[in-house]
Amino acid sequence: MSDSGAIAHDAHALHGELGFWRTYVFSTDHKMIGRQFLFLGLFMLVIGGSLAMLMRWELAWPETAVPGMGWVAEPTMYEGIIPPQTYNMLFTMHATIMIFFVVMPIMVGCFGNFLIPLMIGARDMAFPVLNMLSFWVGLLAGAIMLSSFFVPGGAAASGWTAYAPLSAKAVFTGVGLGQDLWILSLMILGISSLMGSINYITTVINMRTPGMTLFRMPLVIWSLFITAILLLLALPVLTAALAMLLFDRMLGTSFFLPAGGGNPLLWQHLFWYFGHPEVYILVLPAMGVTSEVLAVFSRKPIFGYRAMAFSMIAIAFLSWIVWGHHMFQSGMNPLLGTAFMMTTMVIAVPSAIKTFNWLGTLWGGSIRFTTPMLFGLGFVSAFVIGGLSGIFMASTPVDIFIHDTYYIVAHFHYVVAGIIFALFAAVYYWFPKMFGRMMNETWGKVHFLFTYVFFNLAFFPMHFLGVGGHMRRIYNPLQYEFLKPLQDWNVFITVSAFILAASQIVFVVNFFYCLFAGKKVGTNPWQANTLEWSAPSPPPHGNFAATPIVYRGAYEYSVPGVREDYLPQDRQLPTGSAPTSGH
Amino acid sequence: MMRWLPENISTFGGEIDGLFYFIYYLTAGVFVLVTALMVLFLFLYRHREGRRAVYTHGSTPLEITWTVIPTIILVVLSLVSVSTWAKVKIDAPPSEFEVRVTGKQFNWEIVYPGPDGRFDTPDDFKIENELHVPVNKVVYVHLTSNDVIHSFFVPNLRLKQDALPGRNIRVWFEATKTGKYELPCAELCGFGHSGMLGWLYVDGPEAYSAWSAQFQR
Repeated sequence: MSDSGAIAHDAHALHGELGFWRTYVFSTDHKMIGRQFLFLGLFMLVIGGSLAMLMRWELAWPETAVPGMGWVAEPTMYEGIIPPQTYNMLFTMHATIMIFFVVMPIMVGCFGNFLIPLMIGARDMAFPVLNMLSFWVGLLAGAIMLSSFFVPGGAAASGWTAYAPLSAKAVFTGVGLGQDLWILSLMILGISSLMGSINYITTVINMRTPGMTLFRMPLVIWSLFITAILLLLALPVLTAALAMLLFDRMLGTSFFLPAGGGNPLLWQHLFWYFGHPEVYILVLPAMGVTSEVLAVFSRKPIFGYRAMAFSMIAIAFLSWIVWGHHMFQSGMNPLLGTAFMMTTMVIAVPSAIKTFNWLGTLWGGSIRFTTPMLFGLGFVSAFVIGGLSGIFMASTPVDIFIHDTYYIVAHFHYVVAGIIFALFAAVYYWFPKMFGRMMNETWGKVHFLFTYVFFNLAFFPMHFLGVGGHMRRIYNPLQYEFLKPLQDWNVFITVSAFILAASQIVFVVNFFYCLFAGKKVGTNPWQANTLEWSAPSPPPHGNFAATPIVYRGAYEYSVPGVREDYLPQDRQLPTGSAPTSGH
Repeated sequence: MMRWLPENISTFGGEIDGLFYFIYYLTAGVFVLVTALMVLFLFLYRHREGRRAVYTHGSTPLEITWTVIPTIILVVLSLVSVSTWAKVKIDAPPSEFEVRVTGKQFNWEIVYPGPDGRFDTPDDFKIENELHVPVNKVVYVHLTSNDVIHSFFVPNLRLKQDALPGRNIRVWFEATKTGKYELPCAELCGFGHSGMLGWLYVDGPEAYSAWSAQFQR
């Protein structure tokens, strides 16, 4: 709690007087920066998705020409046929782009920026200029990453995990500058994320409006706050590891090269020490978004608010001691594997608690099946499968068999690609606040239906491939006798993935059409409680006409004694009329 | 789903498959329960005019229940996994046959100790991508790599172990059925990763002697 919102207001007193460049391009307004991150992420989603389509073609019909790709110059493709080197580049860049340039910019960059000040009643971020820099540095990182496609030798091809020594010497992959640019891009993106996370943490701690105690904060703000802390602590580890990798490649050091006394497993330890918290950096905001939409559209208080907040805190702590479960078969001491199995089993508990509380929220609700609600439910559904499939590989003996197979690919797509449901829930839900117009609900539901069905048809059969022993990152499954009986599933998955991708056109058209021609909305079209819905749609620079005062928690829906079924956090009730505490 | 599991031919594979099935039935049960509740709630509590949602902030007894039960299940699951893991990766029975396997882009280089049973003697012989072992014998594989990380994977043995440059890692297995089984590389190792494939031949005693005899001068 502080009244620094009012101070920030004075600092931004000149709002409304800014020209085109300072309003739309070099903006320091958290809402514009949020929108910029959204467009960056959606653009990269198209690229990352297209790379996946090329991979799926290759896996279904290996070494045949991809229709319409005959124009791509050699050696990237040969009259439309993807060579193995290019295939390795495809999955490396698909994962890199989806993780670092789609999910992080949208879930953390866009919604973190857009929502944190609005939902805690602040007028902007604590450091608006740093915020602007965070976007532009992130954009630079994205540009460098994309430019690596066009350098001799092509883009990085050692997997998004960049295991050394494969990644540490150009001779092993044949990729020179492309891998260097990959490293450089992620180091720069790390700077962008650090600037963002410092800003988020400071803003949440210092700039909450009067009455907004920590335990009255919406869960999505809790999730973004915890994510920011994880980012702040995890990214320097990646940056350090990347620097060592770059030194190995360019300066002749041997951090990861055994010939010079280095240790390849050091890379894996550093990478996953960052990499496992990273998974939660990606998924925590999705959990936060889901908690918002489930409560709003069940017209019910979120079930177990404190359990939800504390389970995220528990995840944040435990995420630092589970990284070794990526390395059970790596040659790490097997006794350590036993220890990491225990911690990994334990981290499943807070995830289970969250799922049960979502069910509890639905129980007894008055459920509205709006588009954001459907996508929120889609996230829960995918997360249940992704969470349960994770238990298989947490068990070290089972992991011996399924490690590095499509079972793992199925698992992490249910978790990480499942975030796309929360991402769409967030876009449909906050679109009216961002742009002042509604997206079309009918087309939104069509989009949901196709996305949900074909997501499952594309990713669920990957479990079958994994049980069959199908390795990840192989270019041609038909090179193996034992995989030939599974090939029909590869074709099935590919066709489903194509339809999944094609159905996103519905979203793109709906999004851009409604950006300009959607139905205009008032301040609170969903009849929700949180503070952003007290501000105009879209909110002006400075957000609130008067500093909002918070009287209760974020989820006071269907309160007995209140006529409407919602009760905004900043609405003062006559004394003695109804509960004003919440949490 | 589990019908796609390849045939098991190792002594420890049965235990791994047992755990695999156990977790499969456990998670399938939880999945059905959670999904059924979700669908039921979505149907029962859909919006209808004139009915308000229940006003509740949660239930401490329920929170405790669904914290404690999963914790117990997961801890038990860890404990039952420990012994199988130890059997495969920590404690090995005394060796009856030894071989050196070195991954290199993009082949498995396999060195046999020859008739004297000792490595680094003149009767050693080296062959690529063909791992012949006798059936029903404890085999030690001394695994390393010449260049990048590879992964020694025999689906039918339920065995996987990364091969690291600069490290010598011992893995063991005992195959219980003669035949020819695939030995792919399971860790991305460069542009030739796909198709880096050896064969495991589990031979009967005579077949093994006959095969190895051709390498003796």
